[in-house]
Amino acid sequence: MIDRDQVLHVARLARLELTEEELERMAGELSTILDHVEQMNELDLDGVEPTSHVVELENVLRADEPRPSWPRERMLEAAPDPDEGAFRVPSPQA
Amino acid sequence: MNDVLELTVGQALERIGAGELSSDEYFDVYAEAAAGDELGAYLWRAGQGSPNGGSDTPLRGVPIAVKDIFCTEGIETTAGSRILEGYRPPYTATAVRRLKEAGARVLGKTNMDEFAMGSSNENSGYGPVRNPWDPERVPGGSSGGSAAAVAARMAPWAIGTDTGGSIRQPASLCGVVGMKPTYGAISRYGMIAFASSLDQCGPLTRDVTDAAILLRAMEGRDPCDSTSVGIDGGIQLPSRTDLKGLRFGVPRELSADAEGVEPGVMQVFDRTLDLIKDLGAEVDECELPHSRHGIAAYYVLAPAEASANLARYDGVRYGRRAGRSEEPETALVSMYERTRAKGFGAEVKRRIMLGTYALSSGYYEAYYGRAQRVRTKIAQDFATAFERYDYLVTPTSPTVAFEIGARAENPLAMYMSDYCTVPMPIAGIPAISIPAGLAQPDGGGPDLPVGLQITSPAFTESGLLDAAFAIEGAIGFDASPGAS
Repeated sequence: MIDRDQVLHVARLARLELTEEELERMAGELSTILDHVEQMNELDLDGVEPTSHVVELENVLRADEPRPSWPRERMLEAAPDPDEGAFRVPSPQA
Repeated sequence: MNDVLELTVGQALERIGAGELSSDEYFDVYAEAAAGDELGAYLWRAGQGSPNGGSDTPLRGVPIAVKDIFCTEGIETTAGSRILEGYRPPYTATAVRRLKEAGARVLGKTNMDEFAMGSSNENSGYGPVRNPWDPERVPGGSSGGSAAAVAARMAPWAIGTDTGGSIRQPASLCGVVGMKPTYGAISRYGMIAFASSLDQCGPLTRDVTDAAILLRAMEGRDPCDSTSVGIDGGIQLPSRTDLKGLRFGVPRELSADAEGVEPGVMQVFDRTLDLIKDLGAEVDECELPHSRHGIAAYYVLAPAEASANLARYDGVRYGRRAGRSEEPETALVSMYERTRAKGFGAEVKRRIMLGTYALSSGYYEAYYGRAQRVRTKIAQDFATAFERYDYLVTPTSPTVAFEIGARAENPLAMYMSDYCTVPMPIAGIPAISIPAGLAQPDGGGPDLPVGLQITSPAFTESGLLDAAFAIEGAIGFDASPGAS
């Protein structure tokens, strides 16, 4: 079970503004999904190694050769608010 | 209907090579068909007269539909999300670049569930896609636009992505071939990330040979994706006509005992098992005991990875930004929160929330850690089964195409659509869905396609395509949406 306050806390962590209605609905939906997810608890997983990646790869390296990077103007083309060669954002000051 | 539209790409390539069909004519016939899209399958179309790279190339200028999750330089790429509306990437995904280098031409970008999260295409920010067999039903998802376009003869073939079934399930629901290759077979560079340890690009085609042609053109190591390794020895075109000496396992957890499997689907599946026996294979029931926890593990792993991958959509570097906050003291954070609230749809928000919760302090081990251990168990089950069997077969989807809206209000019911397809990406192994026949949906209605899923060990794609080719020949599926 996950309640409204927990949903609000997680929404803050995820940087998502939720309406009051979304908070309520999300609490119910997430609880249903988590109930299903918790079926995993019936398994004995002691001593089982976790898998984060299925292909066995280690230290994939490439030659450290300098190469041109993307031009700044090109990268700024898709930005919502480019300014003086940078990404402009509202003030982070609280 | 123009009979050029009925050719497989393999057949069209032969005709173009023999000078019986012009590559521009072939492209333009499809450009015209795509222009008449009434299913919502396309988000962008190239139109007729697209520049031709030359008929000397292996793919001779043939058209291809590309899921809108692949970055295409200068062409709007949204991944089905409003948050990326208007985004024109500065580069092209490696998979698409390879196809273009082989001579293919992009016919259009196809609609999809937002950020590939969905099994019905109802989660697109740009409207649903309809199933060409019955426009009141879903095409499956998330590669629903690609599957619908191929089935409806609006594209000769297409590419999509599969994280938990997003190629195979829509292929099954639309009556086309869909393949998820081994994780690492094709570069993920330029493929907008959903769950990076699971996502893989693959073909949606009219037949198994076309899937092999497309996979052959795309697979390979790419310096831009360190997890791409390619397929040792490349891909041979399939030619097998019997299955003598091969052993097929039928995991009961993903067939007769699968959650919510329809009787009509099981009838087609059982009939197909008889055909596999007739081709000379040995067919036995087997077990994948942990696969019934596949959905549970997947809905921790995939949202967890998604919550991290989707953190980049914050209204700063690309995509849309929501208007400024009236509260200047929390301006930046508030801008992030509002941009994401406005730009993401309900399912994407749900998955971000689920993933953030599963990774949050105090819950990490209980959810993410546990799911990673279940992942190990699921992969071990497959490894054990493959000691005895060359291939495993299951229905691709527990049901035929369902009605638009039927599962939209019940997230868990929607997630169950991927019950039979989720274990393979969890284990990283390849799987293909081929049309096996038609069945009546529960509750009645016209007959709809049923897919057969075949899976095999990692990097055995050529063998998998060979088996699929033999079974495809025995099934002889020749129904099409227009003709039914």
